[in-house]
Amino acid sequence: MADKRTTVDEIVSELRSGMTIGIGGWGSRRKPMAVVRAICRSSVTDLTVVAYGGPDVGLLCATGKVAKVVCGFVTLDPIALDPHWRVARQGGQVKLMELDEGMFFTGLQAAAWRLPFLPSRAGLGSDVMKVNPDLRTVRSPYQDGPFADPADVGADLVAVPALRLDLAVVHANRADTAGNAQFLGPDRFFDELFLGSAERRFVTAEKVVENGTLGDEGPLAAATVHRLLTDGVAETPHGAHFTACPPDYNRDEAFQKEYAATAADPDAWKAFRTRYIDVDEAGYQAAVKERSEEAK
Amino acid sequence: MSTTSTGTPSSGDAVTRAEICAVACAEAWRDAGEVMVSPFGTIPALGARLAKLTFSPDLVLTDGEAALMVGAPPIGTPADQLVREAAMPYRTVFDVVWSGRRHIMMMASQIDRTGNQNLSAIGDWAQPKVQLIGVRGAPGNSVNHPTSYWVPDHTRRTFVAEVDMVSGIGYARAAEAGPGASRYHDIRVVVSNLGVFDFETPDRTMRLRSVHPGVTVEQVVEATAFELAVPDDVPESRQPTDEELDLMRRVLDPRRFRDREIKA
Repeated sequence: MADKRTTVDEIVSELRSGMTIGIGGWGSRRKPMAVVRAICRSSVTDLTVVAYGGPDVGLLCATGKVAKVVCGFVTLDPIALDPHWRVARQGGQVKLMELDEGMFFTGLQAAAWRLPFLPSRAGLGSDVMKVNPDLRTVRSPYQDGPFADPADVGADLVAVPALRLDLAVVHANRADTAGNAQFLGPDRFFDELFLGSAERRFVTAEKVVENGTLGDEGPLAAATVHRLLTDGVAETPHGAHFTACPPDYNRDEAFQKEYAATAADPDAWKAFRTRYIDVDEAGYQAAVKERSEEAK
Repeated sequence: MSTTSTGTPSSGDAVTRAEICAVACAEAWRDAGEVMVSPFGTIPALGARLAKLTFSPDLVLTDGEAALMVGAPPIGTPADQLVREAAMPYRTVFDVVWSGRRHIMMMASQIDRTGNQNLSAIGDWAQPKVQLIGVRGAPGNSVNHPTSYWVPDHTRRTFVAEVDMVSGIGYARAAEAGPGASRYHDIRVVVSNLGVFDFETPDRTMRLRSVHPGVTVEQVVEATAFELAVPDDVPESRQPTDEELDLMRRVLDPRRFRDREIKA
């Protein structure tokens, strides 16, 4: 059986400018930040980023990696809006395909099932249809006959297009050497669908264990990423920092506040970038540790 | 933050605007039955808890993360002290949304006469003057289950002639989009710091249902940038009962988080 262990740098080396990438997690929760940081340091540009947006989107915008974002929001959770996203949008620096968050789910599901679209009520009548003029509606073919629902006769639904990805990366609590992965926190979000929608599929994890031992780490029912969904796994302890990755760690709220504040202060952003982004992952983790000791 | 009133019954104090607003929010869920309540903002969260402890005991409250919680814990209860009854991860949330077993109260950065809501961006969407959080689930919520709104700062900038980016859709948009949109579309009430509003007019445009005590109809009209349907007799929003006041002050919000959203 293939050993799918890889590294963050190898994952990022597969990226090309102009690609469409999906990033798992939700808001400021369980984001594959080690990979996000590595992309920030790379020479890749013009990415289309598909995400339930959090600081992944903010950081990639702030470092000039993004041409377009596909999302329904960009939030830091306790901080409602990522201020770096606000700067990028108000400065007209990035394109946006703004979707209802349920349409987004539907689009990922369509891609994962290899369908061109799936129908949805979500989006109908809203300006999501106006700002995305390529979106189409579809009328149910069941206008009569045994499958027709009289109340839906004449109903047009949004044909949510498949959100196909060139590469997807998600962060799990545990993974194994064969490419299975496990979520030990309360929500797996849509991570299996990001992987299912992508050509190249990667998982980073707090810990990579031997194949067959995920049941020792937590319930096997929580191992919802099976190896049919993955091409590579990379061990990245604290790899989701500063986002929440329960039960391994909570969000680093103080760090997140510092990150958010740099959006309004070019000097602070420059210092933040030098200390936390223009360093490798080991350097980042050391700087975070040093920062928390300074705070004591 | 005021913590001095913790555990101290204070029902002798005058009823605050925040308490009136919380009761108005609670009323949105009267007779709602067994539906998931997703309140955004402190006052709706307090109102939902109040409704659950009084006239709508079957309401289903989420913990704000990924579970349903038992009972109606006080506002600000630490996550590790909540008692949970079932998992409610985001994928399951969409099962609930699209099955219709939910009545959400969202916030609105802008709302208009027909009930269109905006929480995406102010100004030109292509390059906004002010980027807001994004449409989130508003488009889907508004066409799938009862939706109400909470606007803590009622001004001509929030109650606008036309919202800049229609996120949750109002009655005119739902009718225009056809039965796919209108079948389950149901904007119930809008609660602001000044009054309560609904769409129970022949053309489904916004009507002033009640003004909060201490607010005049003129004030509401003045703070609204569109023509509001104003009945000849506008009642006052109702006062909390003694039981409700006691629940809010002693049980549900002893730390008075409500005063941070609506100043006493």
